[in-house]
Amino acid sequence: MSSTYKIKKGVNIGLVGESAKELGAAGSSEVYAVRPQDFHGLIPKMLVKEGAEVKAGTPLFYDKSNERIKFSSPVSGEVVEVLRGEKRRILAVKVLADKQNSFEEFGPINLSAAKRDTLIDSILNAGLWPLIKQRPFDVIANPADHPKAIFISGFDSSPLAPDSDFVIKGKEDLFQAGIDGLNVIADGKPVHLNLRKGSSALKGMKNAQISEFSGPHPAGNVGVQIHQISPLNKGESIWTVAAQDVINLGRFFKTGKHELKKTIALTGSEVNSPKYFEITPGVMVKAITKGNVKEGNIRIISGNVLTGSTSSEDDFLGYYDTQITVIPEGNEPKFLLTKGWLGPGLDKFSISHAFPTWLLPKKKYKLDTNPNGELRAYVVTGQYEKVFPFDIYPVQLVKSILVNDIEQMENLGIYEVAPEDFALCEYACTSKIQVQQIVREGLDNLLAEFK
Amino acid sequence: MKGLHKFLVEKVKPNFTEGGKLSKFYTLYDALETFAFVPPHVTHNGTHIKDGIDLKRTMFMVILAMIPALLFGIWNAGHQHFLALGEIARTDDWTMLFGDKVLYGLSKVLPLIIVSYVAGLAVEIFIASIKKHSVQEGFLVSGMLIPLIMPLDVPLWMVAAATMFAVIIGKEVFGGTGMNILNVALTARAFLFFAYPTKMSGEVWISGDKSEFVDGVTGATALGELATTVGSAATEAGDRAVQTLFASDGIYSLWNCALGVIPGSVGETSSIAILIGALILIFTGIGSFRIIASFFVGGLVMATIFNLFGANAYMQMPPLHQLVMGGFMFGMVFMATDPVTAAQTATGKIIYGFLGGLLSILIRVVNPAYPEGVMMAILFMNVMAPLIDHYVIQSNIRRRTKRAKLQVA
Repeated sequence: MSSTYKIKKGVNIGLVGESAKELGAAGSSEVYAVRPQDFHGLIPKMLVKEGAEVKAGTPLFYDKSNERIKFSSPVSGEVVEVLRGEKRRILAVKVLADKQNSFEEFGPINLSAAKRDTLIDSILNAGLWPLIKQRPFDVIANPADHPKAIFISGFDSSPLAPDSDFVIKGKEDLFQAGIDGLNVIADGKPVHLNLRKGSSALKGMKNAQISEFSGPHPAGNVGVQIHQISPLNKGESIWTVAAQDVINLGRFFKTGKHELKKTIALTGSEVNSPKYFEITPGVMVKAITKGNVKEGNIRIISGNVLTGSTSSEDDFLGYYDTQITVIPEGNEPKFLLTKGWLGPGLDKFSISHAFPTWLLPKKKYKLDTNPNGELRAYVVTGQYEKVFPFDIYPVQLVKSILVNDIEQMENLGIYEVAPEDFALCEYACTSKIQVQQIVREGLDNLLAEFK
Repeated sequence: MKGLHKFLVEKVKPNFTEGGKLSKFYTLYDALETFAFVPPHVTHNGTHIKDGIDLKRTMFMVILAMIPALLFGIWNAGHQHFLALGEIARTDDWTMLFGDKVLYGLSKVLPLIIVSYVAGLAVEIFIASIKKHSVQEGFLVSGMLIPLIMPLDVPLWMVAAATMFAVIIGKEVFGGTGMNILNVALTARAFLFFAYPTKMSGEVWISGDKSEFVDGVTGATALGELATTVGSAATEAGDRAVQTLFASDGIYSLWNCALGVIPGSVGETSSIAILIGALILIFTGIGSFRIIASFFVGGLVMATIFNLFGANAYMQMPPLHQLVMGGFMFGMVFMATDPVTAAQTATGKIIYGFLGGLLSILIRVVNPAYPEGVMMAILFMNVMAPLIDHYVIQSNIRRRTKRAKLQVA
């Protein structure tokens, strides 16, 4: 019996450029990269030097604060560059892919006989542990922890997000293997699989507690689902795995290979023909976007418009990202009466009702990157609450972070949230406050207290 | 328009930036440029797209909501003036001397608006340039609210002094827009009320030279008349005389009060015009429906309680009639809903509004020295709002701690 949860607070931002449900042929990417910046808080220690020959699954670097967590090359080939930035910080480890793509052999795993510790060790050794993240703090899980549950969000509700039914279809057996493995890791604690109400692909999964969610974004955020089903208290942790990474784990359990694959969506108003592509994480953005984006003043985002990171054709797809969004840049002045703050605003989407477009709920918008206003102090109240489906006071929590009052942050429930849960608040904010960044800093400060 | 922006940024702006001849006035330039053009900035980290709304539009919506009350106030200023002079009768058509009424009203109201904006914005820009931040939009609304809650004949220098006091002491010392504890416009009014009581209370509510008024016209408000029925000075004959004013054919009948053809501050008299504003605020989602509704209910409850006792003519006023007089409606729609000084939590807003409405009527009726109980009530609730929020948030925290304990047990 699955239970249904109805999320009422939130909003779907209707954007132009949804992907057609067809798979495009990705261009070739010669270089793949693993970027430490994709893993929040990571300080990498290199294991290979430039020029080394690696296979898919060969560790490239490990986490300085937890040596067991390794990061592996997604493809076989030669390490051509360790790109460093300020203070010799490692920005990216680039691997020039060879043609045959050979794999490190870790050996298939017999899940029915597997022990928790040995299974965790084999995932760690194969460099696949970064697929498992944890709440609180929204960082890579600590393999020494015993989480109270493992959560899988079976769908993504963010703007223009890939359709989970389309992406998962045909890979149900790998998904099931992934769930079975996660059950071993959960060690008797529940594995929760949360689906969009009415979706079909994952309905038949076994060995997981299936819940259905209806309602607008952020219903697909795993943090929202945790809050509804099994809210986090201080001292507890929950591990989370993204839906497509459950498949990747399942593939590893079956084949014993570090073979990452993802179906990602190329979306946005500046894409000529938005569709899906099957890629290996670390791929160059160019391989997906080439020849398919409009000329001119555009922004390429690795991820969705709310939580993604600014990218470019020569950059690499983020490790956890499942979509690329291309939208127009907004670096044009807007005269107050035509497109500015006093204009009719027929092209503007607002969660407030200050523009007439709120009467057209089905309208799709072509939004640009102009913030439509300047940074201000908090004035308007009740705005965040409309799009924040937690039993938490968001503004008060943000303010407690700003003054770094750790006790108050804990009291107000900071352990239950991740920056992405505040993305819609940040979108809606009249005062244009960078809420996600503030929440991230708050979590970092708290994490530093534990170390 | 792109050409104009280019001209501004390339030719005019250098004069105002560091090293330019007019660099001291950069804040002023920046305020004007961002007023005319939404800057060509783009998002960097965080969400790549942002909501169309900003503080400028929010504030503009509030001003839009005040326009009906303002327009009516202008007409009514002239209407009351010519009534007091005896040049028109109450039974006359509303179009009688329409142009004269509006012109007279404009001659009284426009100076108030100009003085309020000039004085307030001067202080804002001065402080912003000292503190080197951009001018925030809060005063756009305060600057319009202040003239709407003034008597017509208040000396302009007093308006300027009160506005400056309110902006500096009421707002800037706390850190500027978004940081103030007390409603800025009400602070200005309270300043005048206590510093220059003779200009702010009693028989000052009809514009013009009192010696020219026809007999019997005093220039008091409905609340002022009612206040004479409370306390030791009240006589039975006086009570009856006052009560006839509020009968269905009196000058303060329910309909006249709701329509607003009675003396009072510029914008407060017409409940109907104010309610149009309330609809705009609620429809655009900028004014809190919770506060407006609970404030109204609070007032209604208190007026009903008084009505049940009925110890004097003031208490005997029917509840609805009580609410459409004086500044109650205006305070409910435009003052209590100020998001900075009101309670911020959803539950808090309901408590805040309810108590605000309750206190408005309580102060007005029980202490006739303060006929404008609504001003005192809202200022008092402004101070109490953080406390209300504190307890609402504490209950959320308790819920969380309880849940954690259950989990452990």
